[in-house]
Amino acid sequence: MKVDQISIFLENKPGGLERVTRILKEANINIRTLSIADTSEFGILRLIVNDVEATVRVLKEDGFRISRTTVVAVEVPDRPGGLHSIMEVLSGHDINVEYLYAFVEKSGENAVIIFRFDNPDQAIDVLLKNNLTVLPGAKLYSL
Amino acid sequence: MAVMIYNEEFETLPREVLEALQFKRLQQVLQRVYHTVGFYRRTFDAAGVKPDDIRTLADLSRLPFTSKQDLRENYPFGLFAVPMSSVVRLHASSGTTGRSTVVGYTKRDIDTWSELMARCFVAAGLTKNDIIHNAYGYGLFTGGLGAHYGAERLGASVIPMSGGNTKRQIMILQDFGPTAICCTPSYALNLAEQGQAMGVDMRSLRLRVGIFGAEPWSDQMRDQIEDQLAIQALNIYGLSEVMGPGVAMECTEGREGMHIFEDHFIVETIHPETGAVLPPGEEGEIVFTTLSKEAFPLIRYRTRDVARLITAPCRCGRSHVRMGRIMGRSDDMLIIRGVNVFPSQIEAVLVGIEGLEPHYQLVVDREGTLDTLEVQVEVSERTFANADEVKVLQKMERRIVKDIKDYLGVSAKVKLVEPKSLQRFEGKASRVTDRRKL
Repeated sequence: MKVDQISIFLENKPGGLERVTRILKEANINIRTLSIADTSEFGILRLIVNDVEATVRVLKEDGFRISRTTVVAVEVPDRPGGLHSIMEVLSGHDINVEYLYAFVEKSGENAVIIFRFDNPDQAIDVLLKNNLTVLPGAKLYSL
Repeated sequence: MAVMIYNEEFETLPREVLEALQFKRLQQVLQRVYHTVGFYRRTFDAAGVKPDDIRTLADLSRLPFTSKQDLRENYPFGLFAVPMSSVVRLHASSGTTGRSTVVGYTKRDIDTWSELMARCFVAAGLTKNDIIHNAYGYGLFTGGLGAHYGAERLGASVIPMSGGNTKRQIMILQDFGPTAICCTPSYALNLAEQGQAMGVDMRSLRLRVGIFGAEPWSDQMRDQIEDQLAIQALNIYGLSEVMGPGVAMECTEGREGMHIFEDHFIVETIHPETGAVLPPGEEGEIVFTTLSKEAFPLIRYRTRDVARLITAPCRCGRSHVRMGRIMGRSDDMLIIRGVNVFPSQIEAVLVGIEGLEPHYQLVVDREGTLDTLEVQVEVSERTFANADEVKVLQKMERRIVKDIKDYLGVSAKVKLVEPKSLQRFEGKASRVTDRRKL
């Protein structure tokens, strides 16, 4: 039920992001969703892509510092209170969120929230027991 | 007004008398180091020279050089020429363990040093009626205590301010009314600027003279300091290995080059690569031999400072040769706010931190009046593979900043950079980008 995410270390300088998108374009890799965490000096680009292995390979070849992390994708109806229904459960079980980001599915009916937890297995367990929809990686890569 | 000279007899010795004195003292120190310091016995023997072979001052060039590396290899007390029971003071330059250099002083060494610093103050026009604000750092660094003892020897009133706490320094400059100040030139400018920012008229303080050293500075900076503080700014030179501050000092009369106290030191300029002694007046690396030091005598010590000697007589009447402004370094040492920093020391700190690779670049700049040091470090594969979180990387940055501060005593800014964004070089000097306009 877990999702592989690729994080890339980037300096805050013009052209930094463009190098990554060009490499992915040339390798014919499709980005499903992304987020950037930034400070004044550096940023971390986090990607979910259609082909994890190929992405790791081409970025490593180009000398990028990358890390593979496990995240959890939760699908909720795209309406008021959607995110809250997840947070309520997490909060009730004292589960800490390291970071999260979200996107809306093509159909427009559902939103997908990507979570980074300290302990993803425990979090998935709690989410499933509370009848929330956890998307498997394969499903997300091919959305 | 008559020129004031602290030790008129020794500071104005006619050249031939001075050289005879130097030679007599040189013979004594060579005998002493050869018989008491294993290092000198070994290097002299390896060079096939015995102290008795040195029959003139010019023969000095037959002796091997002593380098900073030799000092490090004999850390901490290997080059001391007296037992510890005769040592009354220790000082050390900054450095990671085993890399700093330690110097010792006997009671008589402290007396000599105090006298030489007193000579410096008198050359700056000071008397016992002056109040000296001493903002050189007190501690292992020789600046603070060196200037302090000299001021007391002169009989002046010394304010042992040490470095830092700039607002308090400005308050004391206003309230105690010191007439002279000792610090690094960049700190003098910092004081001037902060004082102005606090609404203090820094030109109307009682200060009339400043004795600045421990870092390279330019004539432009001198003009700036003189203008902003309405004082006369003078240059002082020294290094802990040779003694500390007070090896050489500019006089108010000449203001062109610093008189080297030649009754206590022999100075040579050499070609940094060949080691050949250069004729006076040619720019080269400055080499010192101490003539009177008991605890830590040095023979032909390579300072790595590049300057030229001025042999023309000075208006002040001192017969001692002068050294011009430091034009640069013949190695990669950086001087950041008065603290000596070698890129190799930064490297030692970086490799000591788990998960870091020693790929780094140092960028030295000057923001306003203060030197800044930025350490650019490549994020290693291992570090990033284990953590994709901002907080982990920021924690790593803070750790590097703290370790550099702890080991080297200098505040640096750390910037994590992408791999290979730093150029790979074989040489060391290219690790450094110095953007300061001195």
